[in-house]
Amino acid sequence: MSTAAAPASSVPAGARSGWWEAVQPAARDPILGVTEAFLADSDPKKVNVGVGAYRNDEGKPVVLECVRKAEQIIAGKQNMEYLPMGGLVKFNDLSVKLAYGDTAPVLEEKRVAAVQTLSGTGACRLFADFQKRFKPDSRIYIPVPTWANHHNIWRDARVEAHTFRYYKPSTRGLDFEGLMEDLKKAPEGSFVLLHACAHNPTGVDPTADQWKEMSQLFKSNRLFPFFDMAYQGFASGDTVRDAQAIRIFMEDGHQLACAQSFAKNMGLYGQRVGCLSVVCDNSQQAVNVKSQLQQIARPMYSNPPLHGAQIVTTVLSDPELKEQWYKEVKVMADRIIGMREALKSNLEKLGSSLPWKHITEQIGMFCYSGLTEDQVDRLTKEFHIYMTRNGRISMAGVTTGNVEYLANAIHEVTK
Amino acid sequence: MEATASAAAASVFDHLEQAPEDPILGITVAYNKDPHPGKVNLGVGAYRTEEGKPLILNVVRRAEERLLADRSKNKEYLPITGLADFNKRSAMLILGSDSPAVVEKRLVTAQCLSGTGSLRVGAEFLARHYGVKLVFLPTPTWGNHFKVFMNAGLAVKTYRYYDNKTRGLDYEGMLEDIGAAPSGSVILLHACAHNPTGVDPTPQQWEGIRQAIRNRGHLPFFDSAYQGFASGSLDKDALAVRTFVADGGECFIAQSFAKNMGLYGERVGALSIVSKSSGVATRVESQLKLVIRPMYSNPPIHGASIVALVLGDGDLFSEWTVELKGMADRIISMRHKLYDALRARGTPGDWTHILKQIGMFSFTGLNKEQVQFMTREYRIYMTLDGRISMAGLSLKTVPLLADAIHAAVTGAKA
Repeated sequence: MSTAAAPASSVPAGARSGWWEAVQPAARDPILGVTEAFLADSDPKKVNVGVGAYRNDEGKPVVLECVRKAEQIIAGKQNMEYLPMGGLVKFNDLSVKLAYGDTAPVLEEKRVAAVQTLSGTGACRLFADFQKRFKPDSRIYIPVPTWANHHNIWRDARVEAHTFRYYKPSTRGLDFEGLMEDLKKAPEGSFVLLHACAHNPTGVDPTADQWKEMSQLFKSNRLFPFFDMAYQGFASGDTVRDAQAIRIFMEDGHQLACAQSFAKNMGLYGQRVGCLSVVCDNSQQAVNVKSQLQQIARPMYSNPPLHGAQIVTTVLSDPELKEQWYKEVKVMADRIIGMREALKSNLEKLGSSLPWKHITEQIGMFCYSGLTEDQVDRLTKEFHIYMTRNGRISMAGVTTGNVEYLANAIHEVTK
Repeated sequence: MEATASAAAASVFDHLEQAPEDPILGITVAYNKDPHPGKVNLGVGAYRTEEGKPLILNVVRRAEERLLADRSKNKEYLPITGLADFNKRSAMLILGSDSPAVVEKRLVTAQCLSGTGSLRVGAEFLARHYGVKLVFLPTPTWGNHFKVFMNAGLAVKTYRYYDNKTRGLDYEGMLEDIGAAPSGSVILLHACAHNPTGVDPTPQQWEGIRQAIRNRGHLPFFDSAYQGFASGSLDKDALAVRTFVADGGECFIAQSFAKNMGLYGERVGALSIVSKSSGVATRVESQLKLVIRPMYSNPPIHGASIVALVLGDGDLFSEWTVELKGMADRIISMRHKLYDALRARGTPGDWTHILKQIGMFSFTGLNKEQVQFMTREYRIYMTLDGRISMAGLSLKTVPLLADAIHAAVTGAKA
């Protein structure tokens, strides 16, 4: 056994008072920390519009009926053996059909490498590590703003990260000119993170025409599109419509990658169910890519968890359950759309002079209210309303029972 | 602009090659492909019944039924460090409820993705916050250990462990290498039922190892994947870990419930960090979250809920200990059967190591060529290092394996 290089310190670790004295307390996660604070608040009027988890009109979490049924079907039947490193094969097949279309040519030609992942986070991280391993000098371009954890993921994967303009505060809409300008400057071979639908945190999505223009730019400048799709079906209520960005890019012949999450659209949050897919040149390459993705997964968690994947597989492979799921997703999406309308009309009724049409123009779980950090802090301190300090409101947390209270409070801090 | 995908620029991943099969999981892949009816899978370490079937424990079934029947349970995100009840009970299981670390709250526990995930999160934490970015692994060890630590950014070296000649522990070599390692190195220790050899230190040897590690100021990192599964006793299998914790020093512990609760695919495990003070513990927990959040955000709920239920319910817990002992006893009986079968055939060599080794695996001492012969001629699927999963044996398959070993040892190329 050879000796190693000299250690960082020549003082035996045991001689110090402990190894971790120098460990600093880490900052609280900006999103998950909000719920922690909410739970600690004893005020009965408190409202949680922080974390993006769906709530029904009673403010309660929901387990979908199709999921309950699937669990009954699964119960007592399966064994709990290890899944393959790439996860449940049938689950992967069904996931990519959902994302790309049942009869998508890339699927028939077996050109898609797909692995089951730890929900959307796991899919992004697996891809980021993969990108680093095989395209070590490449960059990732991340929209401003984005889900905060995106930055953490690519940073931990040690990929050089840059940003591109996305949200325009003055219009509370898309800064399309800024987006195109910034992406035109990205070097060839750069990877670009795109939210397939229901952009988090702004709720601002490009139009179909804008997606088409972006697709052309990606082709001419050789940019790699990476889609994070966490809200398919949840945004408009229609799974096909919500995947239109991906379909547009696919029609243009792009080889893209997609991170899918079933956390929101199947309400499987804590089960951690997701899928990473990479479109390749041909089927052999897809085999190669999948094998390499598995090599990254093995020393991270060996193989993904079984239960959630079994639920999704059961729902998507049973025509009745699938139909039921489509209906339940639409109910969730419609309730949120209804709450957007209610919040906007309440604010207008209160006589707020500020523009609030962005509330109904934005789509998905979140509304980027435009509130400042100070205003958000006042909402929390004075009204016990919890949201992330970037002014993002989780519309899923709004109910007929609290929408007036919320509108009042927003009006108070903004008038 | 209507170019097809293949006419357009080639994929940016065109230069990729197909990765080799995982040496352990690849065995099962090969086994599954084999159409031969008499094939035997002694590769991956998953328990099998006498009928060669996977086993779901009764307590797990009952816990699942309870969870299913409870409509008030939802599927919301767990906290980043997982289910608190699970964490508390897991830690107590390995440390003992009267452990000073538990009593004095000098402990941080995070639910992770089984043993692999617990090791990886611990390794990532060390790579960021620990001064000595070097870990020592025993020779041999579970193949995946290397990549787990390397991908986290630590340098990896080895210490002597298995003695080929005695088929037992190279105790002197181990102490020598631990003593020579740079002060403060991370030392990975298999808490019990060493994988792949099945060779464990005796209690006296553990004491010597403990002293050697503490004297050099090393950081012990326990991989506990077989608690209760090795000897049949949860407490006995936790002895090494508890002795270390009792001396007041710090350590890391990765626990897996894959084998002892049969929850393999649900990925249930826990990382515990024992520190010198409770203040440190809080800061450590906050930093652990920063490792976990960009990896998978929060851990899966299903398996941990089952474990928490079983560990927290007196009846279920008792029943679990009985089922656990049942599994351990069946494996021990297979060891005896195989030993007897080899003796009956007059197979050359000393096979007592099969009886002495403990846990799921036996390091047979067979070499690569012999293993390949056994796979080719007898359809015995096992890893090339000569490791067999005793849990995959049954009364029916022991004679076949004994025949194969006999043929390999007497006939195959050296």
